[in-house]
Amino acid sequence: MSPLDLLVAAPLAFMVASLVVGRGGRWLILAASPAMLALSAWLVALPPDAAHLVGDWELPLGILLRADGVARLLVPATSLCFVAVGLYAWHEFSPKSGRETARAHTFWPLLYLMWGGSNAGYLTTDLFNLYVTIEMVSLAAVAMAAMGSLAAGLQYFLIALVGSLAYLLGVALLAAHYDTVDATLLAIHARPDLPTLLAITVMTAGLLVKTALFPLHGWLPPAHAAAPAPASALLSAVVVKLGFVIILRLWFEAFAEVVRPAAMHLLGGMGALAILYGSIQAIRQERLKSLVAYSTVAQLGYLFLAFPLISNAPNPAEPWAAVLVHAVAHMLAKAAMFLAAGLMLKAVAGERISDLAGLARAMPLSVTAFALAAISLTGLPPSGGFTAKFLLLHAAIEQGSVVYAAVLVIGGLLGAVYLFRPLSVACSGSAAPVVKAEAPLRVAAPLALAALAVALGFAGMMLIELSSLSAPPAAAGPLPAEPGR
Amino acid sequence: MTISTSLGHLFPLTGAALVGLGLFGFISLRHPLRQLLAVNVIGAGIFLILGGLGRGEGVTDPYPQALVITGIVVSVALTAVGAAMITRLAEERRAAGTASDQPKDQGP
Amino acid sequence: MTSAFELILCLMILGTACVALFMRDFLAAVAFFVVFGNLMGLAWLTLGAVNVALAEIAIGAGVTGVLLVLSRSRLLALGEEISCGPAKPWLRLGAAAACSVFTAVLAAAVLSIAPDDGLAPVIDGLMPLIGVENPVTGVLLAFRAYDTLLESFVLLGALVAIWSLAAPAAWPRAPAALRMTDPAALNVAGSFGRLLLPVALVMAAYLVWVGSDDPGGAFQGGTVLAGGFLFAAMGGAIGLPRSDNSALRWSLVAGPLVFLAIGLAGAALGRFLAYPEGTAKALIVTIEYSLALSIGVTLALLVAGPPATTETGL
Repeated sequence: MSPLDLLVAAPLAFMVASLVVGRGGRWLILAASPAMLALSAWLVALPPDAAHLVGDWELPLGILLRADGVARLLVPATSLCFVAVGLYAWHEFSPKSGRETARAHTFWPLLYLMWGGSNAGYLTTDLFNLYVTIEMVSLAAVAMAAMGSLAAGLQYFLIALVGSLAYLLGVALLAAHYDTVDATLLAIHARPDLPTLLAITVMTAGLLVKTALFPLHGWLPPAHAAAPAPASALLSAVVVKLGFVIILRLWFEAFAEVVRPAAMHLLGGMGALAILYGSIQAIRQERLKSLVAYSTVAQLGYLFLAFPLISNAPNPAEPWAAVLVHAVAHMLAKAAMFLAAGLMLKAVAGERISDLAGLARAMPLSVTAFALAAISLTGLPPSGGFTAKFLLLHAAIEQGSVVYAAVLVIGGLLGAVYLFRPLSVACSGSAAPVVKAEAPLRVAAPLALAALAVALGFAGMMLIELSSLSAPPAAAGPLPAEPGR
Repeated sequence: MTISTSLGHLFPLTGAALVGLGLFGFISLRHPLRQLLAVNVIGAGIFLILGGLGRGEGVTDPYPQALVITGIVVSVALTAVGAAMITRLAEERRAAGTASDQPKDQGP
Repeated sequence: MTSAFELILCLMILGTACVALFMRDFLAAVAFFVVFGNLMGLAWLTLGAVNVALAEIAIGAGVTGVLLVLSRSRLLALGEEISCGPAKPWLRLGAAAACSVFTAVLAAAVLSIAPDDGLAPVIDGLMPLIGVENPVTGVLLAFRAYDTLLESFVLLGALVAIWSLAAPAAWPRAPAALRMTDPAALNVAGSFGRLLLPVALVMAAYLVWVGSDDPGGAFQGGTVLAGGFLFAAMGGAIGLPRSDNSALRWSLVAGPLVFLAIGLAGAALGRFLAYPEGTAKALIVTIEYSLALSIGVTLALLVAGPPATTETGL
């Protein structure tokens, strides 16, 4: 038995169980949470080179699973998000006798499908296998987005579908060209010829659409803002990260020898524009959830702004660690923020930021959760967001990349502007609105996630060490790669 | 690889043309159900590229064949979800009594 | 001779695809799409890929075609027209130019890849280890069983996703009835469906059984089963089940569950999804039968759609 298999098999088993149990399906989260957290801890504790072939069938035919640094950081973070969202959703998606709804029943199997799919995606090195895991995650994501707005869900669905097909086209070209789609083998055999370059281009384009990098972000804000809070949390925190991780695998592992620096700067430039555009849009929003959704557009930009910084770095381990810490911190903080926003908006029965007046007095814990998440998202010390942005800024200054450094600073300031606004409204006003008390579990979930996002800053060294377990990627840069894997 | 190259590439080239055709359909057609059909044409084209390039002297490589079968099943599952979303959206619009005669503007 | 046949086939594939995409009348467009799917099946036969041909004709043309026709009639019943809706001319022109360039680059990339059956020798060498003769079944159920396992969950997840779309008042009722409204058609379909369902059951069982050695397998068998269910439902021979029916729930999860359990048993004995020596064929056949059942039920319900409040016929 290995956590590499169980981290995928267990959520799928819970999906089957929730379908069979039916009405009582929501109780399963109480069993799934400790089980999945324990499996994630086991994954982190595995020996550094832990990997095995499914069914012991050798490459190039078989499928390799492994616990690299990316997986060791993102799988536990994903599990934390799912656990918190699951506990939060336990009240919201409960079939009450007399007025049962489809979503109260179907939310749970979809949650487990998404959980299994994203874990499978982080652990596999097989690009076709990744296609299947992308579809597992997208399917659940589309259904959850449609729970809020069918129209936004359909738009998301069609765009995600074309994105998947673009990815599949690339996989088809690679499979025909190299007779394998394993990333570790492609890293050895890939040549910079037309089919390979076209494959990388269409795969990256397809994944960027799914990750909603500016200017391909159009579908994200309506879908993420309209969905029920637990669904928004999963969409913004977990779903968009899978596409990013696959791009990371393609650019810095499978095709590290093929990708040119110019392409790195193209991605970095799109990331920089995403930060600026997303932040400005977030400032202009009147509705709280739209603001949080546009903040996702901006924060995703940082993930891609890091690409040229990693490939140019004399010591790529540092920006590499930064981008992974940012992914983890954003996951925790954004899930916390959507959950807290859900509580606050439900309490005031509105959706506008102006509706929040005086809420800090009425529901201090939820507003605190929102504030803590905001601290990590803007990158204030001592949060995980600070560690990530500090490392990125350090790398940018070290490399003399004035533009990227400037965008990092401006992005941080804009982030402070758009996140301070809802908080200042919540703290304003003399009269506290009367709100119904929420179940403690629902308040605890975002509070715990946000606290973790802030506390991440204290675990900086541990995270950097974990992230260095995947090959520090520098081959595409002008300087020789770090030895040691 | 004794098959003459012109013939050996016939099916994968047809697949490439189908991908382009389907993509054009997806962009230029406005109704989501037609876009769904276009997506299926793109999918068929991709499968034909994959399978056609696995053509050996006597047999076709079972490896791409298996990938194609998996792909076909995934694509029918997604098509079903899309079709259900389109009909449910039409039902909702009809229930809301707004814009039921106007297909939704689906920008690519 | 062969090359002329292949050339004509490819031209017909492209032609039918064009008509299916741009025909004004959507019903005719779907009809052409089904013809397109069958021609694709013929192309797969020409390539010697009988397994894919069966899957393409049954699933790609058959199930997808039924889905599109059914969606069309449901939309028409709701008063929505499936317009061909020409986009703005400049958009069409731009799209045409961009797609032509893309197609040319893709074609050039395809031309630079030499067709070969690179992994066939590797697979041939491994086949004796699992005791089945059909190499495609070998790849799907042994060498890359992990893909197939996850894919069975995609199919299950698609049905859950469709269920999640149900209107609040509709849960947990049955999907809108597929029964035909025209009495004469119902009569014909009814007797046809009653006759066809047992035939489909036998044929599905047969397809799965031969699938280990000859073309066939769980997906093809499951699709035949789904076709039988759908015909029987259209003829009123069987009703569609409520989504909380526990027999239905068990038959939906049977395949993925058995697959997962066998995979985990392998993990307990050594490796996830590894079959102990000598048991491979028995385990593969077990997985395939349970998968075929689940695929049959799932596909039929995917076509039927979400639980509905009203009974609307065709």
